[in-house]
Amino acid sequence: MSLVSTETVPVKAEPDVVLVRRRIRELSAKLGFSLVDQTKLVTAASELARNTIIYGNGGTLQVETLNGPRTGLRLTFEDQGPGIPDLELALRDGFTTGSGLGLGLGGAKRLVNDFAIESRVGEGTKVTITRWK
Amino acid sequence: MEKIPILRMGDFLLVTIQVDMQDRLAMALQDDLTEMITSSEARGVLIDISSLEIVDSFIGRMLGNIAAISRVLDAQTVVVGMQPAVAITLVELGLSLPGVRTALNVDAGMDLLRGTTNGSKVS
Repeated sequence: MSLVSTETVPVKAEPDVVLVRRRIRELSAKLGFSLVDQTKLVTAASELARNTIIYGNGGTLQVETLNGPRTGLRLTFEDQGPGIPDLELALRDGFTTGSGLGLGLGGAKRLVNDFAIESRVGEGTKVTITRWK
Repeated sequence: MEKIPILRMGDFLLVTIQVDMQDRLAMALQDDLTEMITSSEARGVLIDISSLEIVDSFIGRMLGNIAAISRVLDAQTVVVGMQPAVAITLVELGLSLPGVRTALNVDAGMDLLRGTTNGSKVS
């Protein structure tokens, strides 16, 4: 697997969620993802970008275009926020410490092929998702 | 700040969402619609989302809220025109929009509104 290109997008404030959606749409369309796959990845990115802002106090998104045997997009959302004490609980549908529906993390996980989350209390959270073409 | 226009047509309010909404705009629409249902004594709300390329949990929640609020205010809400890719994604995300009436297009949505708001009101 080879990395073709990488870019970093700021995820600091609410308008950035729309910019993230737009950028992921462009990139996934350019790579030839089907419309359904584009929509799934953009929706997952929207959920995670919002989490980064609301719960992580803002952070960054790293977008990697992967090529090799398979083509894909890998998105890494990283923040230096308070971290998540109980990951299992945070991934459960319906659980939220905010005012949302509690579908963000678990929902994002269902919309992609690979999902990984690392979090340390007091240090921050890193969520990596990959969708293959 | 930009706003999503709400059109009044007889007893109904019509909204076409044509921009990629940030969360604040979605909240503003929810508030504006609530105000307008009351001030115009509307009996139905039709929301056309055929231009929306995604519906995430936030927008989904807004649609559910509008449907619930309008019901409490004695009006019906119908969401029309959802793109197939959006529908597939929404269900996989875990959102099936409980309590939100849907129709395939504006015509079908208007028929639904006329049917449910005809004669004595059904809630």
